[in-house]
Amino acid sequence: MIELVSTDRCIKCDACVDACPDNVFDSVPGEVPVIARIEDCQTCFLCELYCPADALYVSPLKEERERVDEATLIARGLLGSYRRALGWRGIKAAGTERDLSHRLPEPDGTPREK
Amino acid sequence: MTAEPEGFVLTADVLVLGGGPAGAWTAIMAAERGASVVLADKGRVGTSGATAAANTAVIDVAPGSVARRHVIGRRLERGLGLAQAEWIERMVDEAHTRLRQLAEWGYAFARNDRGEIYRGSLRGPDYMQLLRRRLHKAGVRLLDHSPAFKLLLSDGEVVGAEGLTRAGAPWTVQSDAVVVATGGCAFMSKALGTYGLTGDGLLMAAEAGARLSGMEFSGQYGISHVDATVTKNLIYDWATFSDERGRVLDGGDVFEIVARNLPFGPVYAIIDKASPAIEEGLRQGQPNILLPLDRLGIDPFRQRFPVTLRYEGTVRGVGGIAVDRNCATSAPGLFAAGDAASREFVVGAVSGGGGPNSTWAIASGVWAGEAASDYAARNRPRGRARPAALAERANSQASGNLNADACVSAIEAIQSEIFPLERNFTRDEMTIRGSLSRLDSAWRAFETAKASSQESKNSHRARETAAMLASARWIYASALQRPETRGIHRRRDYPGCESAPPRRLQIRGVERVVVEQAQ
Repeated sequence: MIELVSTDRCIKCDACVDACPDNVFDSVPGEVPVIARIEDCQTCFLCELYCPADALYVSPLKEERERVDEATLIARGLLGSYRRALGWRGIKAAGTERDLSHRLPEPDGTPREK
Repeated sequence: MTAEPEGFVLTADVLVLGGGPAGAWTAIMAAERGASVVLADKGRVGTSGATAAANTAVIDVAPGSVARRHVIGRRLERGLGLAQAEWIERMVDEAHTRLRQLAEWGYAFARNDRGEIYRGSLRGPDYMQLLRRRLHKAGVRLLDHSPAFKLLLSDGEVVGAEGLTRAGAPWTVQSDAVVVATGGCAFMSKALGTYGLTGDGLLMAAEAGARLSGMEFSGQYGISHVDATVTKNLIYDWATFSDERGRVLDGGDVFEIVARNLPFGPVYAIIDKASPAIEEGLRQGQPNILLPLDRLGIDPFRQRFPVTLRYEGTVRGVGGIAVDRNCATSAPGLFAAGDAASREFVVGAVSGGGGPNSTWAIASGVWAGEAASDYAARNRPRGRARPAALAERANSQASGNLNADACVSAIEAIQSEIFPLERNFTRDEMTIRGSLSRLDSAWRAFETAKASSQESKNSHRARETAAMLASARWIYASALQRPETRGIHRRRDYPGCESAPPRRLQIRGVERVVVEQAQ
């Protein structure tokens, strides 16, 4: 579930409010968005992906709250790590040309032939 | 809170409900054919739906190729008598064309180790961001965060839909044709990307008189770390499963191994059969699979980790709104595409998870977009003359306002019938009848509570709850009428397949559910 909206990093652009498919955040005029309905968070990591300021952290835990500390997350290199793994440029999709899925089985589950 | 935002009314030739890949392809195709198109999504087009959160395989085989023959043969064999060659052929041929179009639009496909362009994989967030851009380019009007609640009917024809934005503004779109592409129903299991997929479109279509099919092929669960949500089953092709004491578990497919052993204690997986090349392929190709494990500090290639099964319902299952070859439903003016439509003709009795479903989303989206815009063109003079006041609601009770607590308890009741492996991974007549009877009571109680409630804030959740209740009843009502085990419909009391040819079941009705044998 979404665990952190960093007040230090947040630029109040509301990109996460818009990106969330499940209406988890509430926009607050002139303020950092609030996590208003955490029980509806489906842990899809998309708010984090669409945050241009690397201000968000989605914990992999679906039900339990993970006690996170921003300094530790930064030290572990986790803020913005999904976007870096994909190779996005800012919040613009990029990096699919490095997708190595062709090494994996055929779409129907059979081993890749040849 | 401030005052309710003001509502709005729009007019379009074609209204598309749902903006995952199927809805996006539908809207782009209809707009390119000259139709004015509105697309309403309950989330945001680009991040909404099961594809946006994941990576997906897609079937890309050239006409006349050996690979195409192989894929079609394999799908027919796996479909256990219910998939049809002609449907699979049309689907893969349409997708083959459209994947090239996607590259022209700017999707950067990778090259394989032989230097050839490989179009068999789509990265969800990138794919959906590109489709959003194309929707803008095609002039489609997007209504983000605007769930639809009900279809509008006039003289038995579907002529639009109504909903409520997340901010609370009521909206109406009057159109000559409507395409339901709202995805399947995964009952809020939180399997990755499926939380918003609550069967809303199935309920709206059924209220308008459309039939559904394939709902009994729904014993579909994805494997995930016990605490996480990512249910990409791909990596388990290279897994070894074990129990608490480290004893290796096998026998049957990966889902059967996990399902059979979970009742007796924790089940662990380790991805120890992946070669270094496969490991690199997974890391570079499917970063979202490894993301939760990385964050949990688990190296899945070297460490075993506890897994569970998360219900995926009709998203990776088979069932949905029955459609003809143009993706028209049995309700005039209503079309369906993607996971909202039945995939029985292309996957038969088994899961279309991954490749087949994403291929179907493209092909059915294109067909629905073309057919809906043609239908709108044929009906335009009459449709446009239709005054709004004539449009009656598909179901006047449907808007359903209800307080949050009533929704929470109803959802828990539905999930307790639909998630347990002993009720839905495998089934028998006794468990099915028990679930059906409790779900029927829950439906009646929900209808009564709705009728007496005045709250409006939760009508969105109330509508989702009603859709999940209806979907659960269709699943078990269909399951009861198929006394055999076939694909992902596993009956403990009928472990074998009926002798050929297999029957096709269709189901209709919301208040009273009727199962019939189809062609």
